[in-house]
Amino acid sequence: MRQNAWTDRAFALMVHGAALLTLAALLGIVLSLFMGAWPAIQEYGFSFFVRNAWDPPREDFGGLVMIYGTLMTSLIALVIAVPVSFGIALFLTELSPRWLKRPLGSMVELLAAVPSIVYGMWGLMVFGPVLAKYVQQPLQSLCAHVPILHTLTQGPPVGIGILSAGIILSIMIIPFIASVMRDVFEVTPPLLKESAYGLGSTTWEVIWKVVLPYTKTGVLGGVMLGLGRALGETMAVTFVIGNMSQLSSISLFEPANSITSALANEFAEAAPGLHQSALIYLGLILFLITFAVLTFSRLLLMRLKGREGKRV
Amino acid sequence: MNIDQQKLARFMWRKRINQGSLLLSVGAMIFGVFWLAWILWETIHLGFSGFSVSLFTETTPAPNEPLGTGGLINAMWGSLLMVGMATFIGAPVGILSGIYLAEYKPDGKLAVTIRFINDLLLSAPSIIIGLFIYTLLVVRFRQFSGWAGAAALTLIVIPVVIRTTENMLQLVPARLREAAYALGTPKWKVILRITLTASRAGVLTGILLAVARIAGETAPLIFTALNNQFWKAGLSGPTANLPVTILQYAMSPYQNWQHLAWAGVLMITLAVLGLNILARVLSRTKR
Repeated sequence: MRQNAWTDRAFALMVHGAALLTLAALLGIVLSLFMGAWPAIQEYGFSFFVRNAWDPPREDFGGLVMIYGTLMTSLIALVIAVPVSFGIALFLTELSPRWLKRPLGSMVELLAAVPSIVYGMWGLMVFGPVLAKYVQQPLQSLCAHVPILHTLTQGPPVGIGILSAGIILSIMIIPFIASVMRDVFEVTPPLLKESAYGLGSTTWEVIWKVVLPYTKTGVLGGVMLGLGRALGETMAVTFVIGNMSQLSSISLFEPANSITSALANEFAEAAPGLHQSALIYLGLILFLITFAVLTFSRLLLMRLKGREGKRV
Repeated sequence: MNIDQQKLARFMWRKRINQGSLLLSVGAMIFGVFWLAWILWETIHLGFSGFSVSLFTETTPAPNEPLGTGGLINAMWGSLLMVGMATFIGAPVGILSGIYLAEYKPDGKLAVTIRFINDLLLSAPSIIIGLFIYTLLVVRFRQFSGWAGAAALTLIVIPVVIRTTENMLQLVPARLREAAYALGTPKWKVILRITLTASRAGVLTGILLAVARIAGETAPLIFTALNNQFWKAGLSGPTANLPVTILQYAMSPYQNWQHLAWAGVLMITLAVLGLNILARVLSRTKR
């Protein structure tokens, strides 16, 4: 009997300790990033965010190019992925014949499981050339005399740059967003939907005016999850973004750089000192951005959930 | 009459909108499946052209050697070791934390905080994990090593296992626990013998998914394990691994390297998809 009490306490302690490791991991990550980035923080402070410079030999660093690349590629990814995911979720919940639901749903989920290096390699070797030939070159000649579009489509149409990175990111995050959307669409009470159908609504009206308002929390959560993925994705971007640390134009066809691809390409070879420190500073910024995005989505979800609970 | 016509027009308009949007939805579905089919097709097609017996018997070759010579055996072995080590350490830690979240004060402040942080770590950029391990281990020991790579992968395994373990334990009916307690069973025995045993298929699924997740992880290995072109049995020093080898070979201009990269990508894809399908089958038979 006494031995059991003792084992119980030991087991509780062990379980407790393992759980605290998670806390320690987060603290460790934040702390180590801060310490590693400290020389660069001291040197540049907040001006690092807007400095357009990346010159390792002269030890002159600024994060603008990479931060811009990360945000822009993620934005393109969201613009493509959100409507497509919505369509997929709509199809899987409302339109698909019963026997197709399972295989198609599994297929979308498998798309999420494919390692990002596969996307990257496919993007570089297969998709890039196709994009260059059938999309970029026609677009370039089409937009040659349109004022703003002209600047957006300047540069070498070789299938490497912000646009292709954004498109590949969108393919990567579609399964994440789509499966969250499908799951939340499916928990809409049939009573609500049937009432709307009974009043004569079309399928689209039921989705747009009943299902979507009811599930907006989950939908937003899915979109934010996708955004978090896109911001932190490394391999798919590194292969196709071109890794050029310059921001000479805002063209989407120009090779560029993102935080993750700068880290992947330069960190292992960076000399200890300001170069390495600047790279860790970039990593810290990336971590804080994704941290903020994920936290924001969680908090928003909790708040909305609380309010909906009261209304019913 | 006029009003009726207006109503009819309105009705037709709503119908048209409905048809249009549903058509777009079908289009979106086709769009999604199209990418999966294209990626898998190219991977299989190009990957098989790089397959040969030497892939499994020889180490990574020098650039520009003739096609069909040289293999990836050292990279496969290194990856296997690192993934195995990460699972071996990460899975028990993850299961224990999952037990804490599900069985000990699940609504307590600590549990809520840890659940929140775990969700963040679950979707935190994996390259950041690599940075962390770099400053923690590589700088300390002044050496890239397979151990550092395994440590980085461990940090990715843990959140996945915590999440699935907790979810699976919560599914165990409280009646089972109460019955065991009523017989005088101590808590640790209830957890290990009753709840964990009842949910073992789900927990195993979580571990399989975690393995699938790290099998293709590249970013955290680039500056922890680095790479190595020679055969090495252990994990000390820079260690060859499939993902970083693929990255290096795919970016290179040499034809034999690119062929090997495709073969490696095919292997990883098959392994990851196989693990996912296995996990799916496992969790379905359970249900």
